[in-house]
Amino acid sequence: MSEQTGTSGVELKYMVSPDDFTRAGEASSKVKNILKQMGISPDVIRKVSIAMYEGEINMVIHAHGGDITVTITPEEIRMVLRDDGPGIPDVEKAMKAGYSTAPEQVRALGFGAGMGLPNMQNYTDEMKVETEIGVGTTITMSVHIEG
Amino acid sequence: MTIDDLLKQQPLTTISEGDTSREISQVFCCDLLSVAMSKAPADCAWVTVMGNVNTLAVASLTDAACVVLAEGTVLDEAVIEQAKVQGLTVLATGEPVFDTALAIHQQLNA
Ligand SMILES: Nc1ncnc2c1ncn2[C@@H]1O[C@H](COP(=O)(O)OP(=O)(O)OP(=O)(O)O)[C@@H](O)[C@H]1O
Ligand SMILES: [Mg+2]
Repeated sequence: MSEQTGTSGVELKYMVSPDDFTRAGEASSKVKNILKQMGISPDVIRKVSIAMYEGEINMVIHAHGGDITVTITPEEIRMVLRDDGPGIPDVEKAMKAGYSTAPEQVRALGFGAGMGLPNMQNYTDEMKVETEIGVGTTITMSVHIEG
Repeated sequence: MTIDDLLKQQPLTTISEGDTSREISQVFCCDLLSVAMSKAPADCAWVTVMGNVNTLAVASLTDAACVVLAEGTVLDEAVIEQAKVQGLTVLATGEPVFDTALAIHQQLNA
């Protein structure tokens, strides 16, 4: 993990380790704490927490981990989640509430409602999914800071 | 109503003790993590049968006041350790989800 403050805002980088459920959610928790310390509004923190956690978990469950870059500026919180997993064959379908390919052992842990991507969509102001079969997926999300 | 008030009236076992002076806003029930993630209200008492490390992550990210494991759900030692490190209050009971949630709800609205 690295943290950098520059004129363009604060940049945070995290590695998401593959198949490690015990650590999944760690990056999201760290970002949540940092936003809290920065005095960001609870509403914005909630949106970022939901969106980033869902994205982080998806990278562990559906890909082999990856990395997350979070950029905090006075205007927005931008999250870029990059993995080199299998890619998403039909993004439109994957975005539908209830659609899930989560395997049984992952469902037993409470995942697989097919609500992760819809949550990411609903709790962010911008979301872009770039994916290529066999190459990976990059999801860019932004939560705007009001006022 | 605080977690301390809850513990005084309900037969709940404390698995991990966080800040028990914390106020409980309402009861929330769900076992699907991505549903809980978007729907759990802040400061809720989250009643669930899903007892693993991901429950802790969701509870902490949604600012739940405490997790109440129902139906005799148990946690691995490592998970209990992590809850303690996070300062998260985790309670447990052998009673079903509905009965547990109802009892907490009734106490909240008494
Ligand atoms: N990073 C990813 N790489 C490959 N496939 C993905 C990725 N993220 C999501 N998917 C695909 O999109 C589907 C829907 O994702 P979504 O997060 O909405 O649901 P889920 O992860 O299956 O269940 P839930 O998030 O509710 O626990 C997944 O089941 C998977 O097939
Ligand atoms: Mg998901």
